[in-house]
This record gives sequence, structure tokens and C-alpha cells, in this order.
Amino acid sequence: MIEVISESRCIECDICVKVCPANVFDKTGGAPVIARQDDCQTCFLCEIYCPTDALYVAQYADGPVAITEAQVEERDLFGSYSRALGWKRGKPGGTQLDPTHRIRVAQV
Amino acid sequence: MSSNQTDPSGSDPLRLQADVLVIGGGPSGAWAALAAAENGAKVVLADKGYLGTSGATAPSNTGTWCVAPGEDRAQMVERRWQRTAGLADPRWMLRCVDRAYENLLKLVEWGYPFPSEDDGKLYIANLRGPDYMAFMRRRVLLAGVTVLDQHPALELLSNGETVTGAAGLDRQRNRDWRVDAGAVVLATGGCAFHERILGATGLTGDGYLMAAEAGATLSGMEFTGKYTLAPHGSSLNKGLPFRWATFYREDGTEIINSDGEPLRNGIGEREKEIARAMIEAPVYARLDQAEPALQDWLRQGQPNCFVPYSRMGIDPFKDLFRVTFKAEGTVRGTGGIRLATSDCGTDVPGLYVAGDAASRENMTGAMSGGGAVNSSWAIASGWWSGQGASHFAKRHETRSAFRSVSRPLGEAGLRPAGTIKPGLTAKDVIAAVQAEVLPLEKNYFRDGNRLEASRQKLDTLWSDVRHHLAGAGVDRYRAREAAAIAATGRWSLNASLARQESRGMHRRADFQTSDPAFARPILINGIDHIRVEAAEPVKHGKELAS
Repeated sequence: MIEVISESRCIECDICVKVCPANVFDKTGGAPVIARQDDCQTCFLCEIYCPTDALYVAQYADGPVAITEAQVEERDLFGSYSRALGWKRGKPGGTQLDPTHRIRVAQV
Repeated sequence: MSSNQTDPSGSDPLRLQADVLVIGGGPSGAWAALAAAENGAKVVLADKGYLGTSGATAPSNTGTWCVAPGEDRAQMVERRWQRTAGLADPRWMLRCVDRAYENLLKLVEWGYPFPSEDDGKLYIANLRGPDYMAFMRRRVLLAGVTVLDQHPALELLSNGETVTGAAGLDRQRNRDWRVDAGAVVLATGGCAFHERILGATGLTGDGYLMAAEAGATLSGMEFTGKYTLAPHGSSLNKGLPFRWATFYREDGTEIINSDGEPLRNGIGEREKEIARAMIEAPVYARLDQAEPALQDWLRQGQPNCFVPYSRMGIDPFKDLFRVTFKAEGTVRGTGGIRLATSDCGTDVPGLYVAGDAASRENMTGAMSGGGAVNSSWAIASGWWSGQGASHFAKRHETRSAFRSVSRPLGEAGLRPAGTIKPGLTAKDVIAAVQAEVLPLEKNYFRDGNRLEASRQKLDTLWSDVRHHLAGAGVDRYRAREAAAIAATGRWSLNASLARQESRGMHRRADFQTSDPAFARPILINGIDHIRVEAAEPVKHGKELAS
């Protein structure tokens, strides 16, 4: 589930509010807030759309976990999914290097 | 037009007119909107979430069923047909691969960044979800389609003869919307009973309920017995890495299969044995059958599959981790709204259906179309439904007239037959349905007596839903989702009881073999009173060769 919005990284663009398919976030005067955490479907897409890697989604889908911004920072997890995909600053990238066709051959 | 301005809540309803209204912003909805716009139609696309992130495809990495035109095309389809447990229709399969191939070439033409094979040829048989859907959003906006994000549809409108639009809720502004349209495409996806899985939690069968209220027939609703392995507690129902898994008990002892060998490969014929083992006790896995090169390809090619492991701090190729089977309902199952015409029209004039909202029995029969086939089906059926809907709208240009006579069709969860009980919550309703349709021992392994007991429970629940369930304000869509999940659960149980045999993902302990008399779809009509009937037998695939 979505766990952390880093206020120090957030630039208050509200893109996460717009793109979340489960409408988890609410706008405020400043950084958005996680208003409906239980609606999160743990799809990780808000992370990759965030232009400043300010969001962290934990792997547990069934309920919240205790993790702090400092822990996410220390483990270098902010933006880690974007980097694995090749997305940068909230924009798509990297799919032309996707080696999945090799797996599909190996799968048979 | 993706509007971003903030309106005060409770402001005047949004009213729009269109030739074609597409409900749903996954791949099939996007292709439907593109096809309708290309036909000159004025198109509105309304999505519960956001066109680009909504649906089961966006967070995934999916293959396509990609068959190039050529001499072995008929044989490829024939081979695939052999794997559909006798219920697919080779004519639909052939036209689907042809249409999907054409549209994959359109993606090439439009500059979608496909990867290259070693010989430099583009590899078009795979689409990485986030990139694909971000790309489709841009194309849809470029085509001049009006996109309404965060606008769940609540109900269809009808003039008594044809479907004339839909109404819903802007859930970020608490504002009602209504789109009067010449035709409507339902691209609302399947129903995964609110299981917490990647991209499918919001797929709650809304389109089935809306279509049934308009009088449409459903088909194949018994085919909801598809489950996929995931790390325990995660949302990650992606089976591919488990191709290279060995399965263990918590203490690290290998689970032994029915042939006395270690239980391996979570996406093959041993799935049933893994499910049985999991009913007995927790099951653990390790992806220890993957060679080092394959490990690299898996990590790079399926980064979404490795996010949970890296965040758990484990190496799935070396460490044991607990796994679970996630239920996927009709998302990877095959049931849905019955197709009545070749352009994806339903039994209801003006109502079209695409993607997982439609029954995919024509494509995959009683087997899952998860991944590749469903992906090509979304492309092809999206395209046909958009064309069909735009032609229909042109033929019935009565836009100015129908507004006065259209009426909304929504009932369950929206306009209860009795007094609203505030104590009856959407959450409780969903939990009660899940208790009957998710457990492996009830829905993976089926049995007449257990199905009957579940049916009776959900009939009682339905009476409560129908008479007393409604939400207020922004939460109206939650009550409607709960009603759609409950209705889908009942349809699934009724169809499962009627299919007195085993076929594909429908596994009956009391009828363990396939019965040729059941080589036909089971059709469902009605919501409060469910009517079940058998369709005409499916014609055998032999005519394919001629």
C-alpha cells in the first residue's frame, strides 16, 4: 500500500492525485495527503508518475505497514521502481530495452 | 480534455452529448475510443480512475497473441483452439489475431517504442503496461476524444428501445455527470471480486450489472476459477516467474507431486496440486529452476514482479518465501457479457462491449485467456466495438429527440427497493461475497452441495442489497460496486451449478469429467430472478481447415 509522501521531495504538482486509479490521494494547500489508504491496490504506478520520486508504496497489499520516510531513504527505495523500468521524472522510458521476448522463448 | 479545475462540491451536473460514450479506460476502452473517433464520431471516454493507469494491463507487462499473416496462421489458431476445452469459436479467433496484428502495426507506425530482437526486427508480441497505456492515452487525446478521469459510471440510460447514454459521478468533485450518446461501449473490465491484485481491485463487474439492467445476456459466468500465484500478502498476481519455482513447506522440505517428484512449475499442469497443498498448509516457493541468464532477463524484463521481493529484502532465486493463490474472477477467467453481433454488439440495441467486460469464451473457451489472448482480444474487440458503436450512432441520429425520453436504469445499490439501512455497508457486502467465491476449497475445487450452500447465502445477501443498500454523496459508487460484485457472485454460482461437468477452470468434484452435452455456453439473464439456459452447441473447429 501507499505508505509515504515525502514532503521534502514533493513539489506539490498533484499528479498523483490525478493519476491514481483508486483515487487514494487528496489535494491540500501543500503536499497531497493519503486520504483513502485502504483503497490502494498496490499497483506502484503513482511512484513512476511522480516527477520527483516522492512516493513510496510498500509491497504489502493487505494492510498498512510501519515504515518511515527515513527508512525508505536509507534503503534507497525512493524511485527504485522507476529506475528499474527506465522511467525518468514521471515520464515513460526504457520499454525499448525490455528483454521479455527472451523469457517468452525460455518459457516454452 | 482532461479538466483539472476544482469546482465547489455539489455544483451543477456535467452534461455532455456524444455520438459514442466509452465507459472504461483500459486498453479495450482506449482502442474503442480511437476506432470511433477515426470513424468521425464525437467520443467521450469516462473512466472510474485514470486513462493510463486504470485496469489490469497498466501495472503489468503483457504478451500479445501475435500471429502474422502467413501460411501457418490457420494452424496456429487450430493449435490454440485445441487448448480451449472445446468452447472457443475458431472464426472469432482468426479474425481476432488478424485485427490485433493490424493494430499492433498501427502502434509501430505511431512510434510506440517496441524492443528489438537480435536481428534488429521489432518485437511486437509484448506490451509493457505503464508505457503502453501512457502511449494510448496520448493517442486518444490526440484523436480529439473528451476524457473524463475519476468519473465512475453508475448506470445506463435508455429510451426504451436503445441505450442512450450513461450517468455517473465525478468522484473528486462530488458532481453528477450525464452523457447522452448515440451508442455506448462498455469497456469496464471483468470482476475480480475486489481481491487485492495488481490493477484489478477496481474491476468490480460494474459493466455486467449495467448491461444486465438494460436486458443484456451474460455468458460463461461459471468460468471464474482462475487463480494465480503471488508472494503472500502482495498484490502481485503474475505467474510467469513461478514457471521456474520449486514448492516447499515452511520447514524447507520439498512438496512431492503425484509422481513422487518435487513439485515444480507454478503455471503448468501441476497447479491443481499446489492448490491442494495450500489448502492443507502454507506453501513456500523458491525460483531455483532459473539459470543465471534467465534471472537477469526476469529482473530486467519483469521489474514489476521483483518490486515486492526487493522491498521485502529477499532474493527469490535463493530464499524461500510464502506464496498464495490470488483469485482473478472473470479478469483472467472468461465470463462476461454475451456478444450478439460480429461488431461486439450485445442483445441490447446501442450497447457494445469490449475487452474483459465481454465473454471471452469465443477466444479461450473454458481456459484462461490471461495475458496474451486477453491482450489481443482487448485490442480487437475494442476496435470492433468502437466501429460498431459509431456506425450505430450514425444510423440512429436522434440525439435531440431522445434526451426527453431517456430514463436511468440503475437499481441495486443505487435505488434500493426498500428503506436504506445505513448499517449495511459496501465493505460488509463485499466481504460476504468474497467468503463464498474466493476460497480455494469452494471456488477452485467445486462441489454441487457447497455451491448450493453458497448460492443460498448470496440469495439472502442479495435480498438485503436489493432492498436496503445505497451510498451517499461520493460513496454512491462504492455501494454500486458492492452490488455489482454481489450480482456477479450470484451469476457465477448459478452458472457453476448448471454446468454439471468439469471443463477447463470449472472443476466439479461431483462431476469430474467433461460431458459432450455441455460443449456449449451457459447463458444467464436477469438480476433478481436469475434465468439459466444452455446455448447452441459450439461448432467444432474442423471447419477451420476448409
